[in-house]
Amino acid sequence: MSWVLQGVSILGGPPTDVLVDGGVIAEIGAGLRGEQTLDAAGLVALPGLVDLHTHLREPGREDAETVETGTAAAALGGFTAVHAMANTDPVADTAGVVEQVFHLGRAAGHCDVAPVGAVTVGLRGTALAELGAMATSAARVRVFSDDGVCVSDAGLMRRALEYVKAFDGVVAQHAEEPSLTVGAQLHEGVVSAQLGLAGWPAVAEEAIIARDCLLAGHVGSRLHICHVSTAGSVELIRFAKARGIDVTAEVTPHHLLLTDASATGYDPVFKVNPPLRTRADVDAVRAGLADGTIDAVATDHAPHATEDKETEWAAARPGMLGLQTALPIVAGLGLAWSVIAERMSSAPARIGRLPGHGRPIAVGEPANLCLFDPAATWTVDGHALASRAHNTPYEGMTMTGAVVATFLRGEPTVLDGKLT
Amino acid sequence: MNRHLLSAADLTRDDALLVLDTAAELAAVSDRSVKKLPTLRGRTVVNLFYEDSTRTRISFEVAAKRLSADVITFSAKGSSVSKGESLKDTALTLQAIGADAVVCRHHASGAPHTLSRWVEGSVVNAGDGTHEHPTQALLDAYTMRARTGRLEGLRVAIVGDVLHSRVARSNVLLLATLGAEVTLVSPPTLLPLGVDAWPAETSYDLDAVLPKTDVVMMLRVQRERMGAAYFPSEREYARRYGLDAARMAALPDEAIVMHPGPMNRGMEIAAEVADSVRSTIVDQVANGVSVRMAVLYLLLAGGQTADQGRGGAA
Ligand SMILES: [Zn+2]
Repeated sequence: MSWVLQGVSILGGPPTDVLVDGGVIAEIGAGLRGEQTLDAAGLVALPGLVDLHTHLREPGREDAETVETGTAAAALGGFTAVHAMANTDPVADTAGVVEQVFHLGRAAGHCDVAPVGAVTVGLRGTALAELGAMATSAARVRVFSDDGVCVSDAGLMRRALEYVKAFDGVVAQHAEEPSLTVGAQLHEGVVSAQLGLAGWPAVAEEAIIARDCLLAGHVGSRLHICHVSTAGSVELIRFAKARGIDVTAEVTPHHLLLTDASATGYDPVFKVNPPLRTRADVDAVRAGLADGTIDAVATDHAPHATEDKETEWAAARPGMLGLQTALPIVAGLGLAWSVIAERMSSAPARIGRLPGHGRPIAVGEPANLCLFDPAATWTVDGHALASRAHNTPYEGMTMTGAVVATFLRGEPTVLDGKLT
Repeated sequence: MNRHLLSAADLTRDDALLVLDTAAELAAVSDRSVKKLPTLRGRTVVNLFYEDSTRTRISFEVAAKRLSADVITFSAKGSSVSKGESLKDTALTLQAIGADAVVCRHHASGAPHTLSRWVEGSVVNAGDGTHEHPTQALLDAYTMRARTGRLEGLRVAIVGDVLHSRVARSNVLLLATLGAEVTLVSPPTLLPLGVDAWPAETSYDLDAVLPKTDVVMMLRVQRERMGAAYFPSEREYARRYGLDAARMAALPDEAIVMHPGPMNRGMEIAAEVADSVRSTIVDQVANGVSVRMAVLYLLLAGGQTADQGRGGAA
């Protein structure tokens, strides 16, 4: 089925028609015709968004999210590809598990699912998982991460960085020096002191980033830093990039928007790892995203069952939903559309080595697209989101900007803001 | 007053003084042979104790019973609480019982806040994790006022494990509200990062602080902190931060010594100090009942005066 997107603004440019046919962008110009027409006046076309950091929870916690519901949320959020984190049960540390997740993604059909492989067996941080088997499996794993836990052993991290070079992989580090975060609940500072919650110090993140950048430089490997949350981390990555170290980094929408002051009422919906930081940190990660020190926005979409969040703070699991609110939050930061496209699509697709995603909107390119209405407003309701879980920190908040349509290889997965 | 007492910061200066004055009035009643008041007859007070604390639990029980409330105690041992029932389910049970007040002691900071979102009755924080213990601060302020005659301008040193102390947090907030001058004295490892934002001075040097102190409050130091390298040994802790007879002699003549209990005699406080005439430790226990009566009374019987309450109109 061919589609004409009528009067769409490509990356904020002048209105034009875009003809999508045969899974690719067939023509761009005025007065185009197709079998179906979508009135896209006022809508901005972005390349389909790519998430480097999604927790789909399947296998293991299907009560919180499944590949089906999580990818539905992704499509509704404008994503055409997500990287499914490895901390499932069983852990995605074998070719069998990553292929299972990959095939579940195919079957659901809402967006592409690129499984992330665990770096170490069982995320235990002691022995390398069979990274090569995952890389050569049907899932073509390129991103490896023990996310949720840090690969804290420096020697093992060095070996992982080296080993994945053989198949152009990258290690995505959850930077958290564990001896500095025993029992940690909230960013260590004024708010944690007041609330009597054990502090999660910025230095626990920064120390690992510094170490791993030096390791990556030493062995000439690619390194990716998950969910950068502190001003110091941004400085360190800036320094490493200036030294020519091949490091990339992501930041989450919540670290771009929220601060540790949100924790004052002890509502665990605001509990996340790494924790929400201070206003100065928010300003620094925004600046880092704007100047390219931080390459990508990644959601760290982390669904949790109600009973894991309706509890006292210390007993709650860390993490929050993010897929359906990511683009409105980032669009509110005042970045150019071309920069948003780079940070939310092109860069994550490059880092994850996903051919066909994050491409320019140009004739002959794959028709992976997100159509966004920057003027629409809507109120966040956790129960109305597509995820099985409801743990959004933005409950009741008015968002400006809404995803109207998403196209995956020329076929709409979302039309009129609803799943097709 | 707010509906709940979750933090000492919930109390304005007028609220706090009202609690202290009401406690004084109720203490006078407690001295009579008939100790019971009918004020909270027909009201239900639930003591929900997730953490063993015999002294605080008994203090609240006695306080509620002296006001003629029906008292139900759920404690960590031998109830559904110990069998892993969630706080949410316990809250729903308390709601079904029709608890007018829930006195909550919990090992997790903020648990009483969480509970207060799920129950209609008043929630009183009886100590939550490493956060706060507001009724302890009220009874401490009551004791200070009773012994020294004032709170405004009173120089109070709080000594010990400030990082993990709910007593210290509540005392700092309440004493600042009441115009006292607080100095926290602690090894650097046991002061929270972020303490600069508190309305208190800090010092690492107990000997320098003692001569300028009207009230010295010794915090309990848990021996397991040593294992986590907060300090090298009990002996070294006692040498640098323990209050022994020699240090007590450096205090001004009228100064008093407080401890929220239970004490580690020989560690943060020497036996001869704990048992000296300066010590208010026994007073604190007695005052605890009066202050908790006042809190329950003010939260549950609202704006009426204690005299009206005596008519049983509540
Ligand atoms: Zn992580």
